[in-house]
Amino acid sequence: MPDALLTLAGVHTHIGQYHILQGVDFGVPRGGVTVLLGRNGAGKTTTMRTIMGLNPPSRGQITFDGATISGLTPHAIARSGVAYVPEQMGVFADLTVAENMTLAALAGPPDTARLEWIFSFFPALKKFWRSPAGVLSGGQKQMLAIARAVIEPRALLLIDEPTKGIAPAIIDNMIGAFEELKQQATTILLVEQNFHFASSLGDTVAVMDDGRIVHAGSMAALATDTTLQSRLLGLSLDAHG
Amino acid sequence: MSGFTNTLLSGDGPRSRVLTALLAVIVGVLALAPFLFDGAQAINTAAKICVFIVLAASYDLLLGYTGIVSFAHTMFFGIGAYGVGLAFHFWGPTWTAGLAGLGIALTAGLILALAIGFVSLRVKAIFYAMITLAVASAFAILAGQLSDFTGGEDGRSFRVPELLRPTTMLFQMPLTGMSVTGRIATYYLIALAAAAIFLGALRIVNSPFGRVLQAIRENEFRAGALGFDVVAYRTIGNCLAAAMAVLAGALYALWLRYVGPDTTLSFAIMLDILLMVVIGGMGTLYGSVIGATIFILAQSYLQKLMVIASSAFKGVPLLPDIFHPDRWLLWLGVLFVLSVYFFPTGLVGTLRARAALQKD
Repeated sequence: MPDALLTLAGVHTHIGQYHILQGVDFGVPRGGVTVLLGRNGAGKTTTMRTIMGLNPPSRGQITFDGATISGLTPHAIARSGVAYVPEQMGVFADLTVAENMTLAALAGPPDTARLEWIFSFFPALKKFWRSPAGVLSGGQKQMLAIARAVIEPRALLLIDEPTKGIAPAIIDNMIGAFEELKQQATTILLVEQNFHFASSLGDTVAVMDDGRIVHAGSMAALATDTTLQSRLLGLSLDAHG
Repeated sequence: MSGFTNTLLSGDGPRSRVLTALLAVIVGVLALAPFLFDGAQAINTAAKICVFIVLAASYDLLLGYTGIVSFAHTMFFGIGAYGVGLAFHFWGPTWTAGLAGLGIALTAGLILALAIGFVSLRVKAIFYAMITLAVASAFAILAGQLSDFTGGEDGRSFRVPELLRPTTMLFQMPLTGMSVTGRIATYYLIALAAAAIFLGALRIVNSPFGRVLQAIRENEFRAGALGFDVVAYRTIGNCLAAAMAVLAGALYALWLRYVGPDTTLSFAIMLDILLMVVIGGMGTLYGSVIGATIFILAQSYLQKLMVIASSAFKGVPLLPDIFHPDRWLLWLGVLFVLSVYFFPTGLVGTLRARAALQKD
């Protein structure tokens, strides 16, 4: 891929005795949203964790912005410009919302204008600024996890199923936030089961099955091709509209 | 909370009226202990409480804030006590000797903590706990066997600088006529040092560094994915806790004017500080004040209370035997089980949770 910010080439990952990723190859173009689709257990979350160094690859190469990051520790990968929003939100329950956000601002105290921009999408975070993150609802925790990842501009955002169990009103705010991030030239790799959400945001798509990429292309092409959707995902956009 | 108190407590106040009252009573009694109580046992107990507040707080920094289970904490306590004690013993009772001993102990403690941290903090918690147990046992055996240097199982008695000796008369209190001796000066040196170290620890846990430690405790993978080097942070936390334990050991040796394996290196002390932290409440620091006070008071006075209870039940079947003073450890165990049952998050955790509920 000519202008890929992130490239995975022949990536294999083992978790214990299980061979989860079995040669993953795909690229994430710079400045757009790439959606990783696939049924449960296809290896999407493991791919995200492998990129982040949480499940290091046993074979293959991952390059980010021209540098090899496979083999680096998670903190080194994070400091190279990758932010990760895990599936289970991963907020620190004993710390306040403010402390969670400040912790993620690696370059120093959070920028006030950036904070206000985040609050414009997720106003609940301003309301509960001094409350422990543990008391937030599931949706608010998801907002916090996303807000924490974007508290500073990052080159690449890895976001794992942000809409899982989230109210539609919050999903609309998320779409707004991700659209603006796209305009700011942030590259996003999104794992998503909600095809409507995925197709409204995605520029490119990679579909996984059994630990491999089985399809890669433009999201627009997949969104309009119901036969392809049925073959790859067992669904059609019309059914999920 | 006034601005000064808020700054002193690093913005992390007790957050419960009952807890504030309890802490005020403890601090007030400890501050006036030499003038409030007669006899050696009371002041001994007060000094021991001061030392164990620091020791329990240092262990809380490790267990409660960083999530590290270590059994080597008494080793650092011992290093502090042996450093100061042996320095006074071999180099004479001078301030220079004491400070040099403390400096050597701090350096040795930090090097050991750094080595243990880098070598072992990468492994899973249970393996780290086992490694620290092995290192601490080896250190205790070494201290017992190097008898020419450490005094072996008998330990070493030593003299302290003249200002701190019990026989030194400093002045008489104007109103009460009470004599202020070197012993009282030693007590206040220990109490003030303990207060300063505790406030320093409070500052650490409320700093950005402390927040990272708490994040690592909650989920080390997430903290790593945010960009924090988990092993480095844990190692620094380990070193800070070790330094605090070294200082506590030095203060304890200064008070006892004796250093030996039983008073500083025994596994029983390790269990004691674990109980203090659990009873008080992990991850609160104030829990170490409450836990150490309750535990040392029970350890010092439970036997006396049981003598009274046993004689009060004289003639009643079974009860005098149940409350026989020899069974004080059994009752201490019962108290611990009850406290864990009724206060699962420790006294401080429970009091803070109740206060928060009332506020809502």
